[in-house]
Amino acid sequence: MAAPARKTDIGPPHYEKFLHPIIKENYGKWKYHEVIKPGVLVHVAETGAKIFTVRAASPRLLSSTTILLICDLADKYSGGYLRFTSRNNIEFILDNEANIDPLINELKQNNIPVGGTKNSISNIVHTQGWIHCHSSATDASGLVKVIMDDCFEYFENMTLPHKVKIAVACCLNMCGAVHCSDIAILGLHRRPPKIDHANLKNMCEIPSTVASCPTAAIRPTYVDGKPSVKIDEDRCMFCGNCFSVCPAMPIADPLNDGVSIWVGGKVSNARTQPTFTKLAIPYIPNNPPRWTEVTEAVKKIVTIYAQDAEKYERVGEWIERIGWPRFFDLTGFEFTKYHIDDFKYAGLTYRRTTQMKY
Amino acid sequence: MSDSKSPILDELEKGPWPSFVTEIKKAAEKSPMAQGLLEQLELSYKEKKTHWKHGGIVGVKGYGGGIIGRYSDASDKFPDVAHFHTVRVNQPSGWFYTADALRELMGIWEKHGSCLTNFHGSTGDTVFLGTKTSELEAIFTELSEKGWDLGGSGSDVRTPSCCVGPARCEFACYDTLALTYDLTMSYQDELHRPFFPYKWKFKMAGCPNDCVASIARSDFSIIGTWKDDIRMDSEAVKEYAADADFNIQKFVVNKCPSKCMSWDGEKLEIDNRNCVKCMHCINVMPKALRVGKEKGAAILIGAKAPIVEGAQLASVIVPFIDMTPPYQELKDLIAAIWEFWDEHGVARERIGECIQRVGLGSFIEQIGLKPLPQMVLQPRDNPYIFYEEYLEEE
Repeated sequence: MAAPARKTDIGPPHYEKFLHPIIKENYGKWKYHEVIKPGVLVHVAETGAKIFTVRAASPRLLSSTTILLICDLADKYSGGYLRFTSRNNIEFILDNEANIDPLINELKQNNIPVGGTKNSISNIVHTQGWIHCHSSATDASGLVKVIMDDCFEYFENMTLPHKVKIAVACCLNMCGAVHCSDIAILGLHRRPPKIDHANLKNMCEIPSTVASCPTAAIRPTYVDGKPSVKIDEDRCMFCGNCFSVCPAMPIADPLNDGVSIWVGGKVSNARTQPTFTKLAIPYIPNNPPRWTEVTEAVKKIVTIYAQDAEKYERVGEWIERIGWPRFFDLTGFEFTKYHIDDFKYAGLTYRRTTQMKY
Repeated sequence: MSDSKSPILDELEKGPWPSFVTEIKKAAEKSPMAQGLLEQLELSYKEKKTHWKHGGIVGVKGYGGGIIGRYSDASDKFPDVAHFHTVRVNQPSGWFYTADALRELMGIWEKHGSCLTNFHGSTGDTVFLGTKTSELEAIFTELSEKGWDLGGSGSDVRTPSCCVGPARCEFACYDTLALTYDLTMSYQDELHRPFFPYKWKFKMAGCPNDCVASIARSDFSIIGTWKDDIRMDSEAVKEYAADADFNIQKFVVNKCPSKCMSWDGEKLEIDNRNCVKCMHCINVMPKALRVGKEKGAAILIGAKAPIVEGAQLASVIVPFIDMTPPYQELKDLIAAIWEFWDEHGVARERIGECIQRVGLGSFIEQIGLKPLPQMVLQPRDNPYIFYEEYLEEE
């Protein structure tokens, strides 16, 4: 049998191949949508045509077995049409309203919950962690699992003041872009890299390793007659960029690695401008498998937000309104010197007014 | 005493949220690589550290991107994951699939890999997680046979991605799926063969809600918006007014950031000239309010996560651009920016950091854009100005 011909640069399949016929007919002609119940949307076109969406949870890391199960459910209930969301949820695209509840039942029988719409905690966007990353300071999938277990009621209902987007990134590279989420869990290292002087010259290019440091803490040197680098440890802020460039500078340290919690970011332009998350808790040790201190802190933030925020206020808008001092009062989180920025634009965050609440 | 090889991870099979540990175990029924992953991950949970080494350079013939090399640092204990490379498959625009298409992909993956996937990776790719170097060419050949291709990695155009757009969203101000497909096809060479100073991410968001986080995550962010009046259905406004749980004054008018709305109990009025197109009122009254008809997009540049010089949100370089195909004005702009980056960029410096270093004023001048007040929140408040023009005595 001849090997199939090798083709390059053909790009992905055209998306039109995968669109439900009702979507094709009404492409660009949608008039409005409604959330029928948690996890179920209807979009109505100018023609009056309707398409239903059932949004289901996913751990993002999926076995082929589960994908094939999802395919079978799609064939059975949605004519084989489905998509995934930017937050890793599965969406079945249905034309028959009568199929919604049977689909939801069968999903639930397979331990796949439905929800994540409107004023809920939708799925957590996250990174690879210990499952597949060399620079991770924590595991992302484990944190997602325990936080969503703990906040599960908020996935299945829509009772929060507004949507709460949570993200987990296992190091400062932030493949999960946690820097603009309502609540962000960020893995971090707290010690400088340990240099493998014996092998550095063979594994790394010294000039690019020196250049990789944002605080110029790395200098070339000789150790036991071999070219290597040295680190001014007082200047190291544990970003790990040198390790990305030079494998002979491992930064992982089980004793000191852990997670931080950040709050109040958003990407949407609705009402207020897109904004970064801000530090709530600078360090919690890694405590797998269930990271209880982390889940308790997240639950606390969500619970207080749910009680105190106005309707349609995202976490950051709520904190802006009550003020950061009150956020720390309400949560009981300790405010430390680590909460005060000391990098490039630090001065922009100092309070330069006497407007304060007492 | 259980004979489980993953007693710590087994704790993560408890609870209502779908468990990734269960997924790894399901894959392990079909692939020894997934069993290897489970056992190595158990060790990571025990020791609280990763057991993955730095990626090595692996790939398929003729491509520099699309495969991320991954090797275990404990391959003596877990030989099945000695190699555990990622294959990034370029996802369809908007992450739409059919069951048959997914079965086709899984057919290839079950034959050649760990049976584990990510739907999807952070940038948007369909991710096949974990295979050996020897399988890569076969995977690629079988993918391309079925009409699929690899995504980006390294210092190249990363796989462009977009929101659901006009396929299923009434807010979409331009065709995000079509543009994503067009840019992906137009820049196949740049996507597969890394020759930039660093990565370049395109993200297409259909409206200012930005469901793909383009303003936070993409070097080149194209966010749909409109110029004319918000369309209003007065009858539908009355329906919202009649809803006892909905308070138009409190939930809509009071939340308007530009205070351009008013409600007298019967009539909702919008001073559209002062509307900043934030989407809030449309989001909460989707049956009554719609984006305008004169649609297009704003272009923002330079978003990135913290590494190296600190995180940045993207900033406006084009306040409004028509988004009708073939997008020539847009592509000319991209070409001008890549030329600038080629000249000024240094290794591992994203375009946002490069602009920060060179200055936004200098950047826009070099790519041929006029300075506009929309590009900044305010004019500078510091008087250290690098004047370039001056007079000399005759």
